[in-house]
Amino acid sequence: MLATNVSAGTDGENSLSKKNSGEVKDCFEGVNRATFKLNQVLDGVIFEPIAKAYRVLPSPVRNGTSNALDNLSTLVTIPNNILQGEFKRAGVNTGRFIVNTTVGVVGIFDVAKKIGFTEYEKEDYGQTLGVMGIGPGCYVVLPVLGPSTIRDTAGSFANILGGDAWYNVTIANDTKHFSDFDYYSSRASSGIDFRAKNIYSFENLEKNSIDFYASVRSLYLQDRQQKIANSNAITETQDDSDWEEIETQ
Amino acid sequence: MKLKKFLIFTFIIINFIYINQSYSIEPDVFVQSTVNRASEALNNKYSKEEKIEKLKQIASETVDIKGIGYYTLGAYRKNMSENEINQYEILFEQYFLKSFSSRLAEYSNPEIEVVSKKELNKNYTMVSSVLVGTEQRPEVKIDWRIYKKKPENPLIRDLIIEGLSLARTQKEEFSSIIQSNDGDMNALFSTLKEFIK
Repeated sequence: MLATNVSAGTDGENSLSKKNSGEVKDCFEGVNRATFKLNQVLDGVIFEPIAKAYRVLPSPVRNGTSNALDNLSTLVTIPNNILQGEFKRAGVNTGRFIVNTTVGVVGIFDVAKKIGFTEYEKEDYGQTLGVMGIGPGCYVVLPVLGPSTIRDTAGSFANILGGDAWYNVTIANDTKHFSDFDYYSSRASSGIDFRAKNIYSFENLEKNSIDFYASVRSLYLQDRQQKIANSNAITETQDDSDWEEIETQ
Repeated sequence: MKLKKFLIFTFIIINFIYINQSYSIEPDVFVQSTVNRASEALNNKYSKEEKIEKLKQIASETVDIKGIGYYTLGAYRKNMSENEINQYEILFEQYFLKSFSSRLAEYSNPEIEVVSKKELNKNYTMVSSVLVGTEQRPEVKIDWRIYKKKPENPLIRDLIIEGLSLARTQKEEFSSIIQSNDGDMNALFSTLKEFIK
């Protein structure tokens, strides 16, 4: 009975393509798992307690911080919109940055959203390389920074090679208005903000996973696939073929 | 006589069609009704244990646990004996119900609104919904893969939260355990048993 109803699908390896056929290899799994464990220790000792303390802050303070950090990230999003040929989005995001930096007091208030700008979607150089057709390479776990791929890691170097205006005015050039501290504190705050927003999701995921490392890897790779596809349509990023062959009714 | 037989036959056929149509459930209506049941189960008037029991009951009735279990195994099913498959089915159901109810029991009074549906093919419809945002959490998009081969008994096969498929995540998690134990299914069974405890 089972033999007639059930035929096998793919082997469950990870991929950034719609047909998940194992394109993203976990080439350094041993090292990655060790780094993942190290990151969990660092998270437990440093990031999680800070994130929990951050969550105690009044909601307007957290929202304002989050908005200001999002506003800074548009400085990376805009050049990536252009590189991906999304000129309209680049224009909208430039408008968003100007409105929020001025009227929104350095981005603390998301005025652009209130006056009808479309939902903000971050872009980075890893995504742009993906849109250009460059494959992800191996999956890697970076110390402190967490899950990535060779392509995404390479993409992030573009930030310090002139691709991030915020980095350029804080670290690369001595503008006398900003210091290295401004850049590093903004990056650290982004991490804390992200951790605080997802604190219960991570707890829940860890508690209910039988292989937490594999869960995080899968979720990271699916998220990148979704972002590179620049699509909100779920049906465009989900592979139906594995489901088609399972008959239980 | 022939006319009488014809009329009786026509009457039976019409009734059969009518019964089939009247019992088929639209996937979006099914999802809204399921989330309404889940919301009621997550009401704060119940203890956590009561919530978990109610969620398990709802999942047993509305989720295609067997189908998800097969999907989660992927190609490894090919090499399993019938005995192993039977053992797996039992373990997977217990694992799934515990994992599913435990994940959801953390939420209190969630408000989910169905917004649209898209028929993928004759067997599947994707229903889109949103978990309404609160002061504590932002709005979350949730898509439901509904298996409707029997339209009168639709079943949930996957939840896709903000584009991330729970079934796919689970499949890759299981695959990782099997691979890191050189394809030994007993390693997966032991891990599932440990989780179920």
